[in-house]
Amino acid sequence: MRPMAQIAMVMNLDKCIGCHTCSVTCKQAWTNRNGMEYVWFNNVETRPGQGYPRRYEDQEKWRGGWELNRRGALKLKNGGRIKSLLSIFSNPKLPEIKDYYEPWTYDYKNLTDAPLGDDYPVAEPRSLIDGKPMKVEWSSNWDDNLGGAPEYGDLDPMVEKVRRQARQAEADEQARQAADKVKFAFEQTFMFYLPRICEHCLNPSCVSSCPSGAMYKRAEDGIVLVDQDGCRGWRKCVTGCPYKKVYFNHATGKAEKCTLCYPRVEVGLPTVCSETCVGRLRYLGVILYDADKVTEAASTQDEQALYEAQLGVFLDPEDAGVRQAAERAGIPYDWVEAARRSPVHALISKYKVALPLHPEYRTMPMVWYIPPLSPVVDALTETGHDGEDADNLFGAIDTLRIPLEYLAEIFTAGDVGPVRSSLTKLAAMRAHMRAVNLGERPDRAIAEAVGMDGPGIEEMYRLLAVAKYEDRYVIPTAAVGDARRLEESAVPDTCSLDHADGPGMGGDGPFGQDSGGKQLPLVTIENFHAARKRQTSDEEPDDVREQQ
Amino acid sequence: MKTLLWGALPYIAVVLLVAGTIWRFRYDKFGWTTRSSQVYESRLLNVASPMFHYGILFVVVGHVMGLFVPERWTDNVGLNEHTYHLLSLYGGTAAGVLAVLGILMLLYRRRTNAPVFKATTANDKVMYLVLLAAIVLGMWAKLAHSSVSEGYDYRQTIAPWVRSLFTLQPDIDRMAGVPLLYRIHAVVGLLLIALVPFTRLIHMFSAPVQYLFRPYVVYRSRDEGQLGARPERRGWEKSKL
Repeated sequence: MRPMAQIAMVMNLDKCIGCHTCSVTCKQAWTNRNGMEYVWFNNVETRPGQGYPRRYEDQEKWRGGWELNRRGALKLKNGGRIKSLLSIFSNPKLPEIKDYYEPWTYDYKNLTDAPLGDDYPVAEPRSLIDGKPMKVEWSSNWDDNLGGAPEYGDLDPMVEKVRRQARQAEADEQARQAADKVKFAFEQTFMFYLPRICEHCLNPSCVSSCPSGAMYKRAEDGIVLVDQDGCRGWRKCVTGCPYKKVYFNHATGKAEKCTLCYPRVEVGLPTVCSETCVGRLRYLGVILYDADKVTEAASTQDEQALYEAQLGVFLDPEDAGVRQAAERAGIPYDWVEAARRSPVHALISKYKVALPLHPEYRTMPMVWYIPPLSPVVDALTETGHDGEDADNLFGAIDTLRIPLEYLAEIFTAGDVGPVRSSLTKLAAMRAHMRAVNLGERPDRAIAEAVGMDGPGIEEMYRLLAVAKYEDRYVIPTAAVGDARRLEESAVPDTCSLDHADGPGMGGDGPFGQDSGGKQLPLVTIENFHAARKRQTSDEEPDDVREQQ
Repeated sequence: MKTLLWGALPYIAVVLLVAGTIWRFRYDKFGWTTRSSQVYESRLLNVASPMFHYGILFVVVGHVMGLFVPERWTDNVGLNEHTYHLLSLYGGTAAGVLAVLGILMLLYRRRTNAPVFKATTANDKVMYLVLLAAIVLGMWAKLAHSSVSEGYDYRQTIAPWVRSLFTLQPDIDRMAGVPLLYRIHAVVGLLLIALVPFTRLIHMFSAPVQYLFRPYVVYRSRDEGQLGARPERRGWEKSKL
């Protein structure tokens, strides 16, 4: 076991109202610069929709993530090391700026400087790429709120997948129904919002694609970063990332990506997107995982088993053995404690309501999502049923306006089981809490039907619905970790005198103690007169630092 | 003049190359990149760029063979002058044509594609001029002084001069009878070598061979100097996390 710590995020999609505040504040903080005009480290997509960049989920085209080779071993989908180096002079699978969108500004000057004439002056759109007048035809969020869905909706790669599977199993009644459910007629349609940032994966394919070794995963907190001095602009990472969350800065010629706001996280503050989230739907916390198991889990043959495999990589911080191993691996005490209180750990491993985004890419993503329980309550009430009755709710989940099959393509590689299980828990929570609020005695059968108990459901309710700031963000500071490192560990794995140049450093050696090696500087102890002068003088002496 | 061109210029170029690269590495790691323009235009680049780069790599191999392998060695393995000439003529021309076609397509793309042209700096323009001149002059010199039956034997003149540079006793007289085109090509080539560290050509030194030998996922610890008031002192520290 090799425990490592990771700062991870969970987003509760039921609460996302699609206001884009996270995107805007992130943009203002990180990418409002030359060369990064088209870049959104955080973006909010309306699903079904093509996403940003367009159709990024179509890995047969963009070749992101991993796949298994014939021997069942992990291999970068865009090709191994040798192929990667041989094709380094261009990158055929690189999205162009137009696949994201061509950024523009407006010719505002014309409003004041236009010569006198009959026409009212207008501010024409100007491309920020070539400076010429342009026609605005697409943006990072063109299909927001299903804009153009009857025309573009079919292009959503996940919609295509649901429909393809339905066609293959024409005889299968259930699959055909799923296809029927993905409708785009306006009055029957469905949608939800999907905010996306970098996944800070456990098995990052961008890092693995970087020929220069400039991208790395931070050992302390698992944040994936680009070393700007090491990046040589080969662009392999952009292709390697299946979520297309590494971007090419066309002004500096270097890759840039979401940093999980590490300067904030290091001092215990949540990321900008989390801090400013209006719906308060984001959770940040520590997850302990076993680094030795990552490759094995990512190589799981069955794509639909990858979700369970990733759960198996996470360690339970309540386990004393895990805590001791973490201590031994140098994970600071505060981090282990934070992992015990981690809301992310609770939502992922304890309640099992959060699911990973596209586990089939085999990158072991670390930003997870609680699937949306679409407006099921209202829909049920409209049909004359009691919308918050547990039995009605459970029954309604299979006929949700957002088809389970579509959610499953996004979160569990097509396996509806975990999605249904997560949604029934959310439904049970509603039914249980209604009873509590009405002063009734909650029916224990509701909680038991989803494998939970009353107090457990109420805890989950506190985390999901009350969602206090300090419950949502449990972030240990990096400085505490460092301070801890300066002290001696509670469970030393070596002799404490065994540090460099220490007396326990393997004895005196053949040439005696004073031979070779650097001597510690000689330190004089402050003498009596100097001490009295320092203690009685009005001003602090200049040489006080030297004397100490 | 002769001494300047054939005795001093090569050393100046090499000093600029080495010193310039060290300077660039120390002061401009952030600017050390290919400065790719592929996000603006991909289709033409996907053809032209590999064509040019593979062409120029073979051209470099050809130069190394021609200049640094003495005629005596090839004679010893039974490769006579005529066979060598044919090898160099056909091989070199093939590589040269690839490189020339590639760079012409790249230049066409750079000029006609508005975003790419906008991203072209004055530095790039100078570099392209010298690069194009060096390649075209080289091709021209080779083809103007060659026929299938025989060609100009630079291995009697230019190659020994190049090798004499390494012994710090440049054999300037060897260059006396060399055709003018070859001499211009050599001077432009030296100029190109001197320019490398100061232009985007610097990316040739970051050929990422180490990628073949490292583990896929790279872990790095946080920069210790980044947090806290002072770096850790020796003595009490435990080993790194």
